[in-house]
Parts: sequence; structure tokens; C-alpha cells
Amino acid sequence: MRNLLKANQREAIAILVLAVLLTLYLTTHPTGANTYVVTIWANQCLILALAAIAQFFAVIVRGIDLSVGAVMALTNCVASYLVIGSGLDMAFGIAAVLAVGVACGLFNGALVVFGRIQPIVATLATASLFTGLALLLRPTPGGRIDYDLADAFTLDVLGIPTALIIAAAVIGLFWVPLRRTGLGLGLYAVGSSEQAAFQSGMPVPVIRLASFAMGGLFAGLAGLYFSFVTTTGDAGIGPNYTLNSIAAVVLGGVALRGGVGTLTGAMAGAFILKTIGSLMFFSGLPPLAQPFIEGLILAGAIAIGGAGVLRVKNRLEVFGK
Amino acid sequence: MSRPEHPIVRLRGVSKVYGATRALSDVDFACFGGEIHAVLGENGAGKSTLMKLVAGVIQPTSGDIEVDSVAMRLKGPADAMARGLVCMFQELSLVPDLSVRENLMLGAVGTGLGRLNTGVVRRAQDILAQIDGGAIGMKTRVADLSLAEQQQVEIAKALTRDPKLLILDEATSALNASVVEKVFQLIRAERDRGVGVLFISHRFHEIESLADRISIFRNGTHVDTFDNGACSYGQIISKMVGQRIDDLFPPKPAPDPHAQEVLRLDGFGWADTLKDVSIVLRKGQITGLGGLDGQGQGSVLQGLFGLLRGTEGRCLVGGTPVAINHPKHAKNPKLGIALVPEDRKTEGLILDQSIAQNLELAALGTDGINASDPAIYRPFLDALELKCDSLDQPVSQLSGGNQQKVALTKWLALGPRCMLLADPTRGIDVKTKTQIYALLRRLAESGVAILLVSTDYEELIHLCDETHVFYQGRIVRHLTGEDVTAEAIIAASLNIPASAQTAQSTHA
Amino acid sequence: MNTIRQNLPRIDALFPYVGTVLLILGGSYFFPQILGIEYLAQQLQIAAFLGVLALGATIVILLGHIDLSVPWVLGGAAIISTSLAGSGDPAFIVAAIPMALLFGALVGVINGVGVAILRIPSMVWTLAVNSMLLGVAVLNTGGFNPKGEASVTMTWLATGNLAGFPVAFLVWMTVTGIMALILKRSAFGRYLSAIGYNEKATFLSGVSTPSVIFAAFAIAGLCSALGGIMLAGYANQAYQSMGDPFLLPTIAAVVIGGTSILGGRGSLIGTVGGVLFITLLTSILSVMQISDAWRNIIFGVIIISMLLLQTLRRKGN
Repeated sequence: MRNLLKANQREAIAILVLAVLLTLYLTTHPTGANTYVVTIWANQCLILALAAIAQFFAVIVRGIDLSVGAVMALTNCVASYLVIGSGLDMAFGIAAVLAVGVACGLFNGALVVFGRIQPIVATLATASLFTGLALLLRPTPGGRIDYDLADAFTLDVLGIPTALIIAAAVIGLFWVPLRRTGLGLGLYAVGSSEQAAFQSGMPVPVIRLASFAMGGLFAGLAGLYFSFVTTTGDAGIGPNYTLNSIAAVVLGGVALRGGVGTLTGAMAGAFILKTIGSLMFFSGLPPLAQPFIEGLILAGAIAIGGAGVLRVKNRLEVFGK
Repeated sequence: MSRPEHPIVRLRGVSKVYGATRALSDVDFACFGGEIHAVLGENGAGKSTLMKLVAGVIQPTSGDIEVDSVAMRLKGPADAMARGLVCMFQELSLVPDLSVRENLMLGAVGTGLGRLNTGVVRRAQDILAQIDGGAIGMKTRVADLSLAEQQQVEIAKALTRDPKLLILDEATSALNASVVEKVFQLIRAERDRGVGVLFISHRFHEIESLADRISIFRNGTHVDTFDNGACSYGQIISKMVGQRIDDLFPPKPAPDPHAQEVLRLDGFGWADTLKDVSIVLRKGQITGLGGLDGQGQGSVLQGLFGLLRGTEGRCLVGGTPVAINHPKHAKNPKLGIALVPEDRKTEGLILDQSIAQNLELAALGTDGINASDPAIYRPFLDALELKCDSLDQPVSQLSGGNQQKVALTKWLALGPRCMLLADPTRGIDVKTKTQIYALLRRLAESGVAILLVSTDYEELIHLCDETHVFYQGRIVRHLTGEDVTAEAIIAASLNIPASAQTAQSTHA
Repeated sequence: MNTIRQNLPRIDALFPYVGTVLLILGGSYFFPQILGIEYLAQQLQIAAFLGVLALGATIVILLGHIDLSVPWVLGGAAIISTSLAGSGDPAFIVAAIPMALLFGALVGVINGVGVAILRIPSMVWTLAVNSMLLGVAVLNTGGFNPKGEASVTMTWLATGNLAGFPVAFLVWMTVTGIMALILKRSAFGRYLSAIGYNEKATFLSGVSTPSVIFAAFAIAGLCSALGGIMLAGYANQAYQSMGDPFLLPTIAAVVIGGTSILGGRGSLIGTVGGVLFITLLTSILSVMQISDAWRNIIFGVIIISMLLLQTLRRKGN
């Protein structure tokens, strides 16, 4: 157990922080802790958590994805046309939305793998492209998502918010099995040392492509879930989510240099970030001070994480590998 | 010895060209099952290129590679591994952020991107137990292992891949003698099962004791192949170098114990790594620091160069107590300390920049030195015979030996009073070694104090005027003059009392 | 040979210039007015805002880092300068520009401390600094556009004309010249790319790498602040989020100019070309009066093509 904790130290801290914040949130909330409050909170958190997972898949293979928000916007706009109508229509619509997400991810991946463009630069350009496509679909916000379907995903099941069930399912049914495959291990290997992964016989380009595709899938899921929450399409939602997804993965203990961190950690980071925001809203602080405090907390959390280097006794250690 | 009719791998007329350099030209080479085949050559002779070709890491520019008598293109390490060609690389193929267990499963036979095979972990543990690696925790992050432990894991990982041909490229360089012997037993057992082994090492005695056949490479060509024992040590050397080298080491002058003191360490200590280290460096002397890898020798150099925080004890330069707390401070002409770090690729040089840019970097901003004046580097580059097209060539295109010449010259141009050298000849060919030794001796004669960390006891014996041997952060023996012998150094390295020396030295 | 190093021109840096010429020629086929002096002079003026920001970004990117605090350093400098200039007090009006620049340099040093001392990835730290600056700005202005106006000097810097050239362009070129000189002639310039390639080896060469990082981020902060002052002079006011649209085009301009996002390799000349290219591309797309959607798409596609061209050229070598 101690070994397990030590190995997942960053995630353990993140989850602990989250628990404290959530308790604080629920006790300060004016109406107290009830299903409704928790559901609203969980829905907001899940959107960012899915975006953070999309970012996680870019970061884990030593990349960064500046198009997460743009893919969300695009898939949100697609959903606002297709996720409505008969059951079959909607099933097709959801599949199409997710396919768009995967396609965007694959496009990013292809630019990185075959075009040899640095991920940050490639996704900077594709973000513009995807945003343009979203604007083409929805020059102004509009469209509609089937309300019943949206409710099914954004309310609760026997008092447990559906969003939390989805979050648990992502971890239990997707991440844990993935971690037991060569692909799951390969993600870390490629991010930590591409050379070592290659020499160990891993197909590095395939792994990178797969990682970007999974990133696209989750950006699509984030866009889809955003659609369920807002039940409308809006091409302008991107920029905020991109930057917040980066902040979330960092808070969740994922190292930007790649190869370190977990999907669970990235989700926890997203939940923390959103909870801080919600907490602020009900905290009685002057509303105008909130952006500053949010920034301060983010900077503080990161700086504390970085303060360890001040104690380093050999100056060379700060340079890492 | 009976040899199978067909080789596992045969190279026919293989060449490999990188830009303007020919790493291998028109090489014919074969290796057979049930045989340990050592490949010898200086750095840049093409040994590593040969290994990489066979392991599928790179593809030949021209020529054919045959596996089991079928000509084919090895598309990558995965392809080579699927055909039983398994390589243990000099630059390790372990992923630093993954645990030992995960590394063993990574790319294991039959895994690919699908479900992980946990069976290999058990097998690897058995192998590790046989080579003194039983204590390595499976959940430990590889980055937290010592280099020696990493090599042990790497060996275990390679053996679990069911090799038909096992390629070992400097596989045992960080292991101590007793572990090396156990690894050799394992390799011999593999050979007896019919596995072919390709073995690269710079340690002659290892090759003598292990190899069945020896191939010599020089300047990218295959010079000769013969059975072990068919050629004498001297013959092998001359085949490798292409010329006779009479004296590896320059003659030592008579010691002068009263020469002017340049630098003195008194009761120097740091964290748990160094305790009560006292060393005196004198003008014109080369002082060696010996011992097994990682006993604190390297930390002494780092401490003197201002890299360590919270050191204890006193440090005097020219009789004046000083506190050195930054490399910039150390290189200031007032102190005049220079460090040539151990890892020239990541610490000593900036590989992507040109020779000229690398040379300038230390001299820039130093008082009284014009860093962009080629004249300050020229004498050293000439003395070391740097081989390059122009000074604008990126350092990454140079061979290891030539890179080290750049790393040395960059500091020599500052005219330091005290040179700190961390294993400057590790992995460097014989000819460059003689050039470096000669230059160091000449520097010493011109009044520079030299402190040299070395794992090669030949250097400590023949190059250094005196030697301090480290064990667990302390100096356990100070050897001078006639006392500096291989036996004495080895015994001190293992911290064995003098009486047990003779018994131990026969094993070492 | 009196120095040991040759400074060979980089072909990467020429790419955006070729692209710019092609844009002008291609654009003029549809819109002849593009070849007019007036239009081109106006482009140089507009390019100057992005250009000044991109100079700072080049320095930081050469170092192997990135500065995401550009938007609110720019915004903060604009708010400070317009508030001081609009106060009516002559002393404050004089202090408007220096105070805004000082603010930029200060934030730059804060960025540098996080990166060099605390070793936080610059992408994260500067992002956090940006959101704190945003918070301070919102706190001070109440979320409305701040009161104040540009001083005469600020307006002149942004919109004036001198010897037939827009002053903004001349400012941009002057700053470029000074920085090019610093990069070429000083040890700082050499240290910058050395750190970009390998910080550890540079440190072990006896270079005080933290000071270099502080200085680089401070220069970037100064550039962002100067950009903010000029933009405020152009709009005669500061407004919320005025910096946001500049962040990504700045990075795009630097990268199109041939500077490696990984650090070490790159040039200011290339960045100037990249800025001209991006400004002209944006302008022509808006002259064509196509929708926002298509502007985004074409912008993205052209940037991707430029980057792919760079890759192709390097493969060809």
C-alpha cells in the first residue's frame, strides 16, 4: 500500500485536495448539499475533465494540444445538428460527433508524425482550422439537442449524478484496461524516451497517432457532453477550454515533459480547477476578486510543486535528464 | 569447434553513409549460432553502426543483409526482434519513467500493442537473481536505479526476448568484476544452447576470457576475423590501430613533493556522499582519484566547480580560503578552475552547435580573453589533431574522440590553473587517448595542476603522479610512487585490508 | 579569418518573405489596390504591433521557452499608460510610457523567476501569471473598459508619420535593429541559443543561466508592454482582452520565420518576415470580405502548408 501511494503520489495528493475542496464547497453552498447542487457541479466538472483527458493524451506523449477547445467547439456544433430526432438518428448523430473528434485528432497526429511539425505549433494551426469549420456550421450560437437525451446524461441516477457515473466508467472501463495493454504502456514509453521505446521494438508512430486519436475522441466527448449541458451549438467555446485543460493536467500531476502522470490525475485536476471556481462563486468574496484569486491559487499550487528544487543540493539536478 | 553451415546473419558488401562520413564501407561479415563473436575496433571504427544494422535500428545505404540465408530489409527493431535478433544497446533501451516491471513487459515477445505479458517478469527475475540483481525491486522506477543496475535489467530484458542472436554493445561497462563474471557464465550458457552472441567491449581481458572468435574493424572496414588466441595482444592492437603505438603513456618526470601548492581540500564533505576528504594539488602534478564507480570521486570535482550546495570543510586556492559556489565563479581567472564533465554529449558540449560555438562558450565573458579569436584555441586543437571539415561543422557530426578534443580545448583556452577531468578517456579510441595523455602531461609540466577521476587503473598507474582511492565517500588509500599498482588500487577500491590483497587480486 | 565563427544566412528565414511577395502578387490580381503605396504603408503600420510582440516572443522561444503572459502584459501596460496619460497631471502624462515599460519588465522578471529558479515549465507558469494579471486588471477596472486616454506621444508612436513612413513601423525596425545587435554582438545572444539547445551544458560552461533567463523574459515583457502602449495609442484607449487576439499569431509569426519552437535555432529577421506574412494574410482575407469562418480555415491551412514546406526543405537537405 505504501509503495502504491508512493508510486502515485501526485494523484493521491490531487484526490485528497479535491476531497477537501468539495467538502468545503458543499458546506458553504447556500442551499447545502443536495443532489441538485452536486449534479450541477459534477456536470461542469465533467466537461473540463473530458477536455483534460484529451489534453492528457497529447501531453503524455510529450506534446501539447492547443486545439482541444476548437475540437470541442466543432463537435458541439455538429451535435447541434445531428443529436436530435428518432433514437436511430441520435445514435448515428452521436457516432458522427465522435468520429469528427477522432478525425480531428488523427489529423493533428498525422501532422506531428508524418509532417514532423512540433505538436504545439501544429495544433495552433489546426485550432484555427477547426474553429473555422465550427463557425461555418454555426456562425451564431443556435441549434438544439434532444432534451430527453440531454437530461438522461446530465441529471442523476438514484441520487448519483450521471456525470460522476460517466467519470467512473471512463476510468474503470477505459483507462484501467488500457493501462494493461502494450498501447497503454507504449504511451508512457514514447513520452518518457522515444529512443528507448523504439529500440524496445515499439511502433512509435502508431502509438503517437493512436494517442492523438484518443485525444480527439475525448475532445469530441467533451464537446458532446457540453452539448448535453447547454443543449445548443456555439462555435466560440474553444479558447477557454484549451487553456484550462492544460492547467488541469498540470494540477493533476501530469508532467508537461511527457511520460509521467495518469488519466485519473488529469480528471482530478479538472475537478479541482472547477471546484475552486464554484467555491469562489459562493464564498462571499467580491466577485471581481475571483479571477485574481483563481490565478493566485493556480500559480501558488504550481509554485509549491516547484519549490522542491530550492532544496536540491546538487545544482545539476535541477536540469533533469 | 564445429560451426553450423549457415550463419544467422550475413552482411554482403554493406555500406552505411551519414552525410559526408562513411561509417561502414563494403563490409562482409557473418556470425554463427553457438559462438561468441567479439568485435574490436577503435571508436569510429564502425562497430556500433554494425550492431545497429543487425538490430534493425538503421538500414544500410547499400549492400545486403541476410538472415538465415535470406536477403531482407530489417524494417526496425521490432522486425529484427521477431527474427530473433536481440540487441542490448550501449545507450540503454530502458524507459526512465517506467518501473522495472513495465520495462520488462514493454515490447516483450508476442505483446505488440495488445495485452501485456506478465510471464516475462518472472523469467527476468530468475535471470536477475543469477547476476546479483535479485535485489532490484520490480516496482522501482528505472531512473532511480544505478547505471550498473540498469545494465543488469537490460541484460535480463534482452534474454527474455528468446534471442537467436544476442548483440551486446558495451553491455557490462558499469558492472564490477564479479557481476561481469556471472553475466559471462550466463552468456556462455546461451552459447552452449546454440545462441549466437555478438559482443562489443573495450576491455581486452573480457574479450580474451569470453570470445570464441574475434573480428577487427578499422575506419569502417572489416579488417580481419580469427579465432580467439590466434593473435597476440600486440598483433590485435596493431590491426586495430593500423600502426604500432609504442607508448600509450608519456614518461613521468621525477615527483616533486614540494612543488607549489595550487589547491588544497581540508576535511571536505557533502551530504552523505563525501566525508572528510583532504587532497592537495600541486603545480605540475597529475593527481588521480580512483575507486569503483560512484564512490564520491565525481562529487569532489563537482564540489570544486561550485556545483554542490552545503559542502563542509575548507578549500584553499593558492593558499587563500575560498568558497566556490557557481561554475562562473570557479572559471574566473582568479581561481582558474575548469571542469571537463563526464558526459560529453549532454554536459560537456552542445551537440547541435558548431565546433566554434562550443569552443567559445566557456571563454565568452571571461576577463582578458577574446573568445572569438581563433588563435587561443589553435595550439590545443593542433596538439590534439582535431579532425574536422571546418570549425563551423556541428559537433554532433564528430566521432566521440574528436568531440572530447573539443570539450577539452574549450577549457584549455582559458589557461586554467587547475583542470578537473571526469573520466576523460571513457569510450575513446587508443590513438586519441595517447594524444590526450601527452597533452595532459605537457600541461602539467607547464604548471597546471590536474585532478583526474578515472575508472581505468592503467591511467592511475601510468599517467598519475599520485592516486587517492575512494570507497563510500572517503579516501581509503593514498598511493604514491612505486605503491601505485593494479593490485593495490583494486584492493583499496573494494576496501580490502592489505593482508587480503593477494588472494583478491587473482580474482579481479 | 578574424573570428572563428561564420554567420551563414538561414534559408528558413527567407521563406516568409517569399510567401509575402506571393501574397501581394496573388492578392493584387484580384484586388489591384493592394499594390498601392497607401495600402502597403498601412500594412506596415498594423504589422508593427504584432512585430514588436513577436520580437520578444522570438527571444523567449530561442531560449526554449514560451511566454503566454503576452495578452495581459499588453493589456496591463495599456491600462497603466492610458490611466496615467488620462489623469491630466503633466508629471503622470510624462511617466505614462516609462511606467508601462517598467511594468512589462517587472512581470518579465516574475516570469523568469518561476522558470529559472522554481523550474516550473514556462508554458504553465506564464499562463498562471497571465491569469493573475487578468485578475488584477478586473479587480481594478471592475470589468469595464478602463477610463483614460492615450497621450500625444502614444498616439504619435502608433499613428504618426515620419519621412513618409509610419512611426509605428520605424519603432518596430529600431527595436529589431537594437535586438539584432544585442543577439549578434553580445555574449547574451550566444548564451540564449546555447541555453535553448542545452541548458545544462551551458551552465557547466560557467554561464549564469538564470540571469540569462531573467533578462530574456524581461525583454519579452518590455516588448509586450511596448506593444500595449502602441495599441492603446492606436485605439486611444485600453480595453478588456485587447491582448488576447495577439497571442497565437505572435507564436505563429515566430515559427513561420524559421525559429524552432524547441529553442536554439532561429532569427529575428525570420520573425520580421513571419509578421509581415501573417499581417498581410489577415489583411487580404479581410479585404476579400469573406466570412469569419473561411478566414479561420484559410489562415489555418496556410500556416500548416508553410510548416510542411519547412519540413520538406529540411528533409531535402
